[in-house]
Amino acid sequence: MLTFECPYCGVQADETELSPGGEAHLTRHGPESSDEAFEGYLFLRENPRGVHFERWRHSFGCGKWFLAARCTMTLEVFGTYAAQTTEPPQDILDKITGRRPGWRRLG
Amino acid sequence: MRRYSVFAIAREAMRHHLGWERAWASPEPKKRYDVIIVGAGGHGLATAYWLGKNHGITNVAVIEKGWLGGGNTGRNTTIIRSNYLQDPSAAIYEKARSLYETMSQDLNYNVMFSPRGVMMLAQTQHEVRGYLRTAHANALQGVTTEFIGPERVKELCPIINIDGPRYPVLGALWQARAGTARHDAVAWGYARACSDMGMDIIQQCEVTGIRREGGRVAGIDTTKGAIDCDKLGLVVAGHSGHLAEMAGFRLPIESVALQALVSEPIKPCMDVVVMANTVHGYMSQSDKGEMVIGGGADGFNNYTQRGSFHHVQETVRALVETFPMVSRLKMLRWWGGIVDMTGDRSPILSKTPVDGVFVNCGWGTGGFKAIPGSGWAMAELMAKGTSPLADPFSMTRFREGRFIDESVAAGVAH
Ligand SMILES: Cc1cc2nc3c(=O)[nH]c(=O)nc-3n(C[C@H](O)[C@H](O)[C@H](O)COP(=O)(O)OP(=O)(O)OC[C@H]3O[C@@H](n4cnc5c(N)ncnc54)[C@H](O)[C@@H]3O)c2cc1C
Ligand SMILES: [Zn+2]
Repeated sequence: MLTFECPYCGVQADETELSPGGEAHLTRHGPESSDEAFEGYLFLRENPRGVHFERWRHSFGCGKWFLAARCTMTLEVFGTYAAQTTEPPQDILDKITGRRPGWRRLG
Repeated sequence: MRRYSVFAIAREAMRHHLGWERAWASPEPKKRYDVIIVGAGGHGLATAYWLGKNHGITNVAVIEKGWLGGGNTGRNTTIIRSNYLQDPSAAIYEKARSLYETMSQDLNYNVMFSPRGVMMLAQTQHEVRGYLRTAHANALQGVTTEFIGPERVKELCPIINIDGPRYPVLGALWQARAGTARHDAVAWGYARACSDMGMDIIQQCEVTGIRREGGRVAGIDTTKGAIDCDKLGLVVAGHSGHLAEMAGFRLPIESVALQALVSEPIKPCMDVVVMANTVHGYMSQSDKGEMVIGGGADGFNNYTQRGSFHHVQETVRALVETFPMVSRLKMLRWWGGIVDMTGDRSPILSKTPVDGVFVNCGWGTGGFKAIPGSGWAMAELMAKGTSPLADPFSMTRFREGRFIDESVAAGVAH
């Protein structure tokens, strides 16, 4: 079972307390954007075999959205961080490269 | 290829079964093929089969990283139905269902197609209206379905509890010629027929790169060396995004785990397939007597072929409510597969930005039933560049806002 530490309330929340929310750090596009950009925002996802940055909501806890880095091949969780960030924080990136030497972020 | 028949059985019975041939050859790859299909699941094998049968293209290789049928084709719960709402879906799924009717004869291989009937329970007013609408749409599409009342549900499947505490059964969408088939046999039957047409099925060979020259496909790199080709079909379900990346384009696909489980074998107790979509569980009984059970997909990206336990608990809870007698059953096996989900929950059969590369993916939680029709359409698309059954499912639909929205329409997977 997946367990994440909620960065707001600090509890170790197991999966049944949480709702998954898909890929994190998407660039939003609105009415003025090109069809390409809009398609990318709405439908195209990295879907990596490996490190995935994603959104989770602590639905049956504090109710807040947070972000996490997790491996889709092993389900290892590298860490969680606040939703109010546009890029993964350096300490999370360091933790990932510590565990996966040579890893580079896609995209 | 020696045909299977009652005479063959009698002959082999007389000589200790020493005369059975291998069903398909396992050759080393050649330097070049007209068409390479990546993925020896049902959809890849069916594509190869119809390329040969309908279009006379037999210089074909099917490349598989594991063993054939070892992906979702060998992991699914084998429900076959065609009662979809949208016209393009009804067309391709009904084509597939009708091809299942004669598949054993066509392939000379018993795929055990069993049109025992599939019942989708309506347990809320919303579902009643939804299924009535689908039944009307199906009438216009020429797909035979009907909406039946609770008494008929009980008659067709006596072990159902129609007045359950939370969600009494208000009726059902019933498709009498829907049912199940033996999943491995579908893969094996196609493999045997492809091999017989001179195609090469190459197992234990992973595709690691896709070579391009001037915007066109030139060949692939594999763990058994480089192979050239004229056209390339990517038919790898949950791994489609990975293969697309090798070819330099992106797909609107996310990969998640879907789980299933079977019980210990018991005496025959239900001879239809029942899907209960509100409570989210479905069940049928295999010929061995095991109850075959499935539910919904997990919600997060996953390549481990291992899902979350709480989803299984939810599914089983739902089934105990609908079929109280299953509460005493022991479960024998439990597994997962990685399914490829698109934004509108409909598949992709499409040309791609790379000339000569075609994709067939996105069948998600419900593509077993589509195998023969999907192969038929994909073969036509690859041979002619266009196919009436495949064209609505092109990947450009996401840019054009031309969705085939079965996620809302069918309200369910499988
Ligand atoms: C638990 C479960 C229950 C299901 N229940 C139903 C059901 O009741 N009814 C229904 O209609 N559908 C059902 N489905 C869905 C159905 O199984 C799939 O849609 C269908 O089998 C997909 O077939 P495929 O040929 O596209 O993929 P697969 O059978 O997965 O084949 C893809 C193949 O590609 C190979 N591959 C991947 N990457 C590479 C590479 N790099 N090089 C070479 N080969 C590669 C894989 O090894 C695999 O064998 C279910 C699925 C699951 C997991
Ligand atoms: Zn919290």
